[in-house]
Amino acid sequence: MPTFVYMTRCDGCGHCVDICPSDIMHIDPTYRRAYNIEPNFCWECYACVKACPQNAIDVRGYSDFAPLGHSVRVLREEDKGTISWKIKFRDGREKNFVSPIRTTQWGTIKSPSEYDPPSADALQSQELAHEPEALHIAALPTLSPKQFTKGLK
Amino acid sequence: MGLFNSRKTIYVDSDVLVIGGGFGGCGAAYESRYWGRDLKVVVVEKANIERSGAVAQGLYAINCYMGMQWDENKPEDHVRYARNDLMGLVREDLSYDIARHVDATVHMFEEWGLPFMKDPETGRYQREGKWQIMIHGESYKPIIAEAARKAATKVYNRIMVTHLLMDKKKPNRVAGAVGFNVRDGNFYVFRSKSVIVAAGGASHIFKPHSVGEGMGRTWYAPWSSASAYALPIQVGAKMTQMENRIVLTRFKDGYGPVGAYFLHLKTTTENAYGENYEPTWYDSIREMVGDYVDHQPVPTCLRNHAFLQEVKAGRGPIRMVTKEAFKDPHKETVGWENFLGMTIGQAVVWASQNIDPKEINPELVMSEPYVMGSHATCSGAWASGPEDYAPDDYQWGYNRMMTVEGLFGAGDTIGGTAHKFSSGSFTEGRIAGKAAVKYVTDLGSDQPQVDEAEYENLKSVVYQPMENYEVGRNEIVAGTVSPSYLLPLHGLQRLEKIMDEYVGGTGTNYLTNEPMLTRGLELLSMLKEDLPYLGAESLHQLQRAWELQHRVITSECVAQHTLFRKETRWPGYYYRADHPKLDDTNWHCFTLSSYDAKSGEWEMEKAPVHHIID
Repeated sequence: MPTFVYMTRCDGCGHCVDICPSDIMHIDPTYRRAYNIEPNFCWECYACVKACPQNAIDVRGYSDFAPLGHSVRVLREEDKGTISWKIKFRDGREKNFVSPIRTTQWGTIKSPSEYDPPSADALQSQELAHEPEALHIAALPTLSPKQFTKGLK
Repeated sequence: MGLFNSRKTIYVDSDVLVIGGGFGGCGAAYESRYWGRDLKVVVVEKANIERSGAVAQGLYAINCYMGMQWDENKPEDHVRYARNDLMGLVREDLSYDIARHVDATVHMFEEWGLPFMKDPETGRYQREGKWQIMIHGESYKPIIAEAARKAATKVYNRIMVTHLLMDKKKPNRVAGAVGFNVRDGNFYVFRSKSVIVAAGGASHIFKPHSVGEGMGRTWYAPWSSASAYALPIQVGAKMTQMENRIVLTRFKDGYGPVGAYFLHLKTTTENAYGENYEPTWYDSIREMVGDYVDHQPVPTCLRNHAFLQEVKAGRGPIRMVTKEAFKDPHKETVGWENFLGMTIGQAVVWASQNIDPKEINPELVMSEPYVMGSHATCSGAWASGPEDYAPDDYQWGYNRMMTVEGLFGAGDTIGGTAHKFSSGSFTEGRIAGKAAVKYVTDLGSDQPQVDEAEYENLKSVVYQPMENYEVGRNEIVAGTVSPSYLLPLHGLQRLEKIMDEYVGGTGTNYLTNEPMLTRGLELLSMLKEDLPYLGAESLHQLQRAWELQHRVITSECVAQHTLFRKETRWPGYYYRADHPKLDDTNWHCFTLSSYDAKSGEWEMEKAPVHHIID
């Protein structure tokens, strides 16, 4: 479902160029607006659609299996912490869905260096950061090396 | 001197270099920083870590969570499950290691702000299945990326790593990597004491069903270009189970996942005439694989096999029976949001074809093969196991270190550890990150050194496709046909055709044999000979050229492994027609390969499967 860009809405800001995982949203040198340079490498991931501040990017289902007349539109609102979808079928039926995207404020994750530094001994242990507390059980499980029983048959 | 040797070379020094900023890479960055407070931790990513890797568009479930706090599962249970699904062959030491740590990872994700669905009665995470928990994961990747950015000294986006660099003093020790910036074209030399490869597995090595505009709608992301394997292969790291490609039952054309449908919505499949077809094939599957057919849950490949046989018998298409379940509005919402959260393209296909699963049972399809290490398959590098219990055969150094010193891996990169998915890949990144810090600490002053001659040579190799194009395009009037160069897409389509026709793609119903593989390898070696003649008209096409290089060397590895294993271990993934049965007497083992970049020769060997869990 390759993406395409509406000429009158795009202002050439380049957010889509910056985010596209497939590196296929580029700025057209003549029009100074974005377009999909390689529709057959588009995964329809909607990263560019969600990132566009002008809502200038939409998707038209892949020509080799998607009949025309449908649309799947999205509005991702980071400050509200929600994502809203509107699905329109070829025959005009509609479905709407809203989901949460995050329960904390953006930017609030602590760097691991903000936690107390582990001891040199802990580096030799099998425990990872925040363990065993983060496991929510008393101790990290382990096995005895003697448990290996079966070799190459 | 070539036209492009004037490009600037940028040097970046680090203690831990993480290649690939997906789930494995983000976990590696986080843990490296936790243990190495003063170390320089650098992440390099060919796209933008905010939306890169297999989870770029989100996920609706975390598929690997034990629930040890509620006694739901033990790590041993997960090893049994993965071993059963992979027909007996997993690295149980590595699998156990992920399973014992993964709950802590998932709890961190919740603390960071990932929205989890909760069971209203128990308050526990909402289970989709025994191992899966349900999330609102549209922003799963941006949340994890935020943690990685906080942890890393620096994240370099839009740099495609093409090769690893080896130490000039000590053989078989890694010293860094090279790559180029896809935006400004500068050449990057990363000098690092340790390297963690956390790049992506391989889509687009087999011809996909759709070859037109929809060729990008593969199951695994089109940007998963096999760098996970190509980087270690090129420096001689041993690889394992590369024949163990995966084929997936998915909703037709959009490749929407079926897990939530089977497990949570309790939908079933039927043939075109409304019949349950799986029992029809029980006896013939038993004939091929023996008792494995009775294992529960039925291994993924065997269910695929029944699907394929039913379609060959002329009773397709196979459909998912959704009409009943979707009468429940809650289930209908789950069914749609499942796609919107991770495979939006399926919603587009259904909207475009007026498929409302309340009224129509949607068609399923069997995908083309993929090579990766984190789903119901376990291709990847042969890695050292955890120090506290791995046996001698599986332990030669630091946890998750490959057979090259200082070279670690996580996620799709590491072989033998199926069913790790997003949470397990992040966990494996954490394990590798801690191990790399230990390795760097132990190195002391014995630091690796990159070889200037080596990276200068690589610099001209890396930009060669642009030079080929610049010179060759003047030979022709216009268009894409040149006697002097191949465009990356030309090479990709040749690769996909070879793999499809000779190595067990959809074109042969996933079937191959020794003569086919031998011929396929001949054609692959000619493709390899043509690769120095790739032409790239832009930096974007240069990225495509190197993605193709990575896919080709990985494909050759896949073909070599497939040739070596003389049995059909995973019917429904692929068939060795000349050895049509599972053969536990000779092949209850891992296959290992190592590649000699100088001679171009592959060496194959067997390694024992140790069963640590009863």
